Amino acid sequence: MTNTHAAAADGAEPPQGPPAPNHESGTGGAGGKTNPAEGRVPTTHPHPKTHRTPDGLDAHLVVNRTTFRLDIKLTAAPGDVVALLGPNGAGKTTALRALAGLVPLTAGHLRLDGAELDRTPPESRPVGVVFQDYLLFPHLTALDNIAFGPRCQGATKAASRAQAAEWLARMGLTEHATAKPRHLSGGQSQRVALARALATSPRLLLLDEPLAALDARTRLEVRAQLRRHLAEFEAVAVLVTHDPLDAMVLADRLVVIEDGRAVQEGTPSDIARHPRTDYIAQLVGLNLYKGHADGHTVRLDIGPAITTTEILSGPAFVAFPPSAVTLFRDPPTGSSARNHWRCEVAGLETHGDQIRADLTGELPLAADLTTVAAAELDLHPGAPVWATVKATQTHAYPA
Amino acid sequence: MTSTDTSDAAADTLQGGPRRGRVRTARRGVPLPLLLPALIGLAFLLLPLIALLLRAPWSTLPDQLTSAEVWQALRLSLVCATAATAVSLVIGVPLAWLLARADFPGRGFVRALVTLPLVLPPVVGGVALLLALGRNGVVGQWLDSWFGITLPFTTAGVVVAETFVAMPFLVISVEGTLRAADPRYEEAATTLGASRFTAFRRVTLPLIAPGIAAGAVLAWARALGEFGATITFAGNFPGRTQTMPLAVYLALQNNPEAAIALSLVLLAVSIAVLAGLRDRWMTAP
Repeated sequence: MTNTHAAAADGAEPPQGPPAPNHESGTGGAGGKTNPAEGRVPTTHPHPKTHRTPDGLDAHLVVNRTTFRLDIKLTAAPGDVVALLGPNGAGKTTALRALAGLVPLTAGHLRLDGAELDRTPPESRPVGVVFQDYLLFPHLTALDNIAFGPRCQGATKAASRAQAAEWLARMGLTEHATAKPRHLSGGQSQRVALARALATSPRLLLLDEPLAALDARTRLEVRAQLRRHLAEFEAVAVLVTHDPLDAMVLADRLVVIEDGRAVQEGTPSDIARHPRTDYIAQLVGLNLYKGHADGHTVRLDIGPAITTTEILSGPAFVAFPPSAVTLFRDPPTGSSARNHWRCEVAGLETHGDQIRADLTGELPLAADLTTVAAAELDLHPGAPVWATVKATQTHAYPA
Repeated sequence: MTSTDTSDAAADTLQGGPRRGRVRTARRGVPLPLLLPALIGLAFLLLPLIALLLRAPWSTLPDQLTSAEVWQALRLSLVCATAATAVSLVIGVPLAWLLARADFPGRGFVRALVTLPLVLPPVVGGVALLLALGRNGVVGQWLDSWFGITLPFTTAGVVVAETFVAMPFLVISVEGTLRAADPRYEEAATTLGASRFTAFRRVTLPLIAPGIAAGAVLAWARALGEFGATITFAGNFPGRTQTMPLAVYLALQNNPEAAIALSLVLLAVSIAVLAGLRDRWMTAP
């Protein structure tokens, strides 16, 4: 969690090094329609500004595969960045491919800025895709890769190349214009792929694991850049990732997908504070339990009860971070904590400068403690311990 | 061709590595039960070529080669083989794409049909062509009565026969390259607004160019050496349908020296093609 916040702060910094993007919105001037590509900032709105009823994305994606069914609803307003977050095989990429038209919908609907797209072939959809491994055309230069889209949309060769040159300049890649993709670094390729997708002026931008192909060092830098470009993008952006950090830094809203279904949806901070499945709880580093609340007590489905500060009734979740857990060798007597359980150490691993103890027993949980504390307690797999959590450090919310 | 390719690649990798390792690999790697048949195999392939060179009438060679018939046959061979390759490219590459990318019932069966001319004795191919495109053939009678086109025993007939035999080589080669190529590049192109044909023309075609080139060379070489289907379907008229292989065969009956001379020319052409194209195309991925 601390990491998330630190990186988010990084990304939020105002752009300094690269040329400040010239964000031009609305129509591109009076004569814009006749020759929109010539010498204009590429984000120029491609559609005339008539009254468009429900702007943005409104989709219900249903895709049936032999062993798998995807069924999610997605809505987003222009300017939104939505992240589909989920474990591998959850159906995120299928959802993205369905949005792009590369996978046909079995049922449901897909509307973008009020226009029905379910039967529209991919080449006619106002959709741009940044693929996971970028798929830059290896036989074309960086410039021609970006010019490919405008060229396909009918711009002249000169106009599309001029437009591509502008995009390269915005991405700070002018000196790599004539480079073939194999001579570009991962971060550069990522930017060329993004520029290539944006050069078609899409109304929906799709990014498949945009940072997965990068090494850790490049990732941080590219994440900050990507965040800036996404913030500038005035239409809907949907990105797919299995990395909660990427999702939380880049997106305004997360849709968590498990087994082809959306299990939770909300802002990053909301999801981080109120996880509703084990997968999300693990992602954001929380112990999460489901139970039945009655006043200050939540009787957990798996047995023990937890005392909380919130007063609730009915089905509820209780969550607390591993750092809230204190471990003892002996049964706590004078401790102010009312929540204590008899556990056994299942495993230990270092977690930053801390030790993460995996506990089984009355209540399976994860606990963080310092190396010194771990040594004093003589923790080792199989060691019996008592775990306590103060009521003030738990967080209960209705299920 | 593949073996040239791999051995070259192997040599390249080895040159980069430590020299000691290279020697050790060469010494240790080949057990005798493999080495002996390998050497016999090599000798078997090389011996006829050496014999050809040994028995060549070097003194009278200039006279033999400057004769008008030789040039006529050689020119006809080159023109027909090139035309057959061109026709194969125009209709064979799309066929390969269809087999590799389109999904239709009975695709496996169609692929088997396409490869049939590879294993079919060429003479049978010639007979089949006669039955299809001959003056009284299934399609040929209509070509004749409607358009006045007669294919058998014409230069065009030579091209038809050579295309029939050579095109499967191109199709198989291009289809293999297409299957190895990542179809997601085509998807990326369509998300950028390219129709499937534009995606094929501007993305797939350049990506599979090396495979197409290799297939075209294979097809060209096969067409150049075509004998059975050509003589059956197009006959053996000097200047019109008598290609080099036919000329060699006929010459062997009454003028063996001329046959050897002609064979040397074909050998030289083959070597020239291999040498000329090897660096540019054969070593490409």
